[in-house]
Amino acid sequence: MNKEFRDSISKALHNANLTGALGRFSETYRTSRLKAYEGIDFEVLRTRIAELKSYAASHLNVLSELFAKNAEAKGAKVFRTNSPEKVKEYILQVARENDVKSIVKSKSMASEEIHLNPYLEQHGLSVMETDLGEWIIQLAGQTPSHMVMPAIHMTKEEVSDLFSKEINERLSSDIPKLVKVARKEIRSKFLEADMGISGANIAVAETGSIVLVTNEGNARLVTTLPKVHVAIIGIEKLVANFEDIVPILTALPKSATGQLITSYVSIITGPTPNTDGSMKDLHIILMDNRRTEMANDPKFKQALQCIRCASCLNVCPIYRLVGGHVFGKVYTGGIGTILTAWFDELKKSEDIQGLCIQCGNCKEVCPGKIDIPEMILEIRRRLVVDKGQSLVQKAIFSVVNNRRLFHSMLRTASLTQLPFAKGGFIRHLPMFLSDLTEFRSLPAIADVPFRDKFKEIKQPNLKEKATFYAGCLIDFAYPETGAAIVRILNKAGIEVVFPDEQTCCGAPARYNGAYEVAAQNAIDNIKALTKDKTKYVISACPTCTVALKHEFINTFESLGNNDWMDQAHELSARTMDFSTLIKKLVDEGRLTLKERQQLGKFTYHDSCHLKRTLNVHEAPRELMKKAGFELVEMFESDMCCGMGGSYSIKLPEISAPILKRKLKNIKDTSVPVVAMDCPGCVMQIRGGFDKDKAAVAVKHTAELLEEQFK
Amino acid sequence: MFDKFKSRAEAVSAEVHRFSTKDEALMFIIDVLKKEGVSDSPRAYAVWADCPFLKGIDRAMLAGKVPGLTFEVTRETAAMSHVGISQMDWAIANTGTLAQDSTPFEQRLASSLSFIHIALVATDGLLADMPSLLTKINPKESSYIAMITGPSRTADIERVLTIGVHGPQRLIIVFVDELKG
Repeated sequence: MNKEFRDSISKALHNANLTGALGRFSETYRTSRLKAYEGIDFEVLRTRIAELKSYAASHLNVLSELFAKNAEAKGAKVFRTNSPEKVKEYILQVARENDVKSIVKSKSMASEEIHLNPYLEQHGLSVMETDLGEWIIQLAGQTPSHMVMPAIHMTKEEVSDLFSKEINERLSSDIPKLVKVARKEIRSKFLEADMGISGANIAVAETGSIVLVTNEGNARLVTTLPKVHVAIIGIEKLVANFEDIVPILTALPKSATGQLITSYVSIITGPTPNTDGSMKDLHIILMDNRRTEMANDPKFKQALQCIRCASCLNVCPIYRLVGGHVFGKVYTGGIGTILTAWFDELKKSEDIQGLCIQCGNCKEVCPGKIDIPEMILEIRRRLVVDKGQSLVQKAIFSVVNNRRLFHSMLRTASLTQLPFAKGGFIRHLPMFLSDLTEFRSLPAIADVPFRDKFKEIKQPNLKEKATFYAGCLIDFAYPETGAAIVRILNKAGIEVVFPDEQTCCGAPARYNGAYEVAAQNAIDNIKALTKDKTKYVISACPTCTVALKHEFINTFESLGNNDWMDQAHELSARTMDFSTLIKKLVDEGRLTLKERQQLGKFTYHDSCHLKRTLNVHEAPRELMKKAGFELVEMFESDMCCGMGGSYSIKLPEISAPILKRKLKNIKDTSVPVVAMDCPGCVMQIRGGFDKDKAAVAVKHTAELLEEQFK
Repeated sequence: MFDKFKSRAEAVSAEVHRFSTKDEALMFIIDVLKKEGVSDSPRAYAVWADCPFLKGIDRAMLAGKVPGLTFEVTRETAAMSHVGISQMDWAIANTGTLAQDSTPFEQRLASSLSFIHIALVATDGLLADMPSLLTKINPKESSYIAMITGPSRTADIERVLTIGVHGPQRLIIVFVDELKG
């Protein structure tokens, strides 16, 4: 990560206006989005959108041809090109042919993508953005920081300064007054403009129609008042049939701003009469700019299912801290990272892709059902293939890949940490490592790792067996969690097996794009975990569970390595997370919780991988409640804690404020205990409270349940 | 369906009225025009786009009653109007949306440039939802299909909702039972 980018992060984090505005918006967005979707089956709706957009992405050429044929039959002129340069030249030519001097534009991300305004202005044309947010950033000489709300990063005072300068009159920062100024200034431009440029939210091949969605009403004026209308459309906006507009129009406003529908929806099919009775000169540009290439890449085709609602920005814990000028280029946030890698170039996404913490919030709300985190990992992988690992990372992974060396280093660490470790925590580290302990203490490495402790645990001889996969944190930092699990399973009549050869699950390597390393980790673990034919493989770390259950397979697929695929599937089928297995055993009557206990209040933190990849959120809550704990839900219980594996080491400045928010939400419930199913989250949150000095016990669910079974 | 429409439209700041006869609706409109100070001077005009509601109404007499009201909807009159009146073809209950074939430019001018838009609609033009609308309209026959839900709005400055940016600041919806859609 280069210094300039790092500085931009720091600047954004210290901009209280920015983090305040984005933070407040993301908090209210969550509620308004849910309210807008009341009574609608979101899964059904987004599956429909994903299907119809995926179909369109597979038929871009056919649909472009059909669209052109139908739009031309209605009298529109359609220009198809792959090249951004050709788009600009075409518009300039149309402008010259029609003696255009002044242009009004409604919001178009496609025009931002090709930097149209500066080009037209260089050629002597006056161009005015008419969407209020776009006009603000045009006056400020900036790019949009959000796809739907381009000026969300600016305060009313900053807007007032811009407008005052523009109209040479000192204005107050009263928002309704500022909006009136915009109306008046832009209205006169609407009336004198010779050309209107718009984008389109949808283009319908069957009818040659374009669909425009706005709240301000500017698109209606852009398409009505000037005699020439040019619509620039990225071909991913194509759909096959007219009826396909319904699911998109249903989801787009709800996901974008929590509205049931926008104030205006216009469906334009061919030229319409101008106000002087002549017919509109309607030009529709279908722009490819690598979209076809993207559709042909199986890893990225689904990105074309995007309907540009920007909900992935609105729910992103990183975006709401740093905004779109840090997290993005022209397109911003999660999907923006992917679009930047394609419409711009792969290496332009290098810095911004590193901001993704892989929490999966965006995937959960995406109305196009796009797996944004997975595609960002693929970008990471390709960057590593292109550029190679950094030397430091290479050194780390060569250790991780050598199990004996890795484990002996961790053991050595438990001795060498002595000057820093006290009471189970490392509170301060010297020099460049100090960033790691500035905002949260780190757990001391356990004197006796779980792998050694396990040998001391006396287990009854039982017929049914389960393999325990500890993962690095339980093995070397929290062996007591592992011991709790063995005791609980024994009560259910299950004997635990611990294969010593198990090693790191490969998640750190995978999340850093080092797939070859991750694949080697996968193979080592598959060998270790499949040799005993036990009924279950159980893990109490959701990240590890996801690795065992899904990512070994994905990593092999990405690398085209099928040697261990069958075994990977076999392991996947047997793997279960702690709470799901225990809940199952309770439901089957093999484990019984003590009755009539009153264990006090607790709150539950949903770990990213457990909630959003494994879809587990009720099981741990139900077990805890059944044991006699009383649940008090916290605000944003399923928002990331900022740990993200090595993320908190690479970007401690971002991890810290995310953790701070989490600690506050926990404290606001006034409960003495917070439970969670992930040792990574335990490390982050427990370390945070150690620094914060609040008296909140941070526990893995297994620890809290250990004593509660008969 | 009307009640649903009314609650959804009012939730987005539209004003909703319903009359059984054209006469009552007309009296209401004249009242609004007078209250709003419509007069024969720039920025105070009212423009009324041709529509089925006007059938059988003596336009000259009506214009005489309300100075500044014109049925000539041009760029100039619309840009200088305080009120625009048009008739919408459909009303979608579950979103509080009005829909219209807006191909004639007068329909768009009368509903987009003034501060107030009075939208007439036949009560039997009520439809349940957008899929029902799509069975009634055909883009191959209507070059400009417009849907309008509430007045023009923005939240582009600090996410503060502000009504009336480029389009009307007030949307007054007038259902008329007697009108046939």
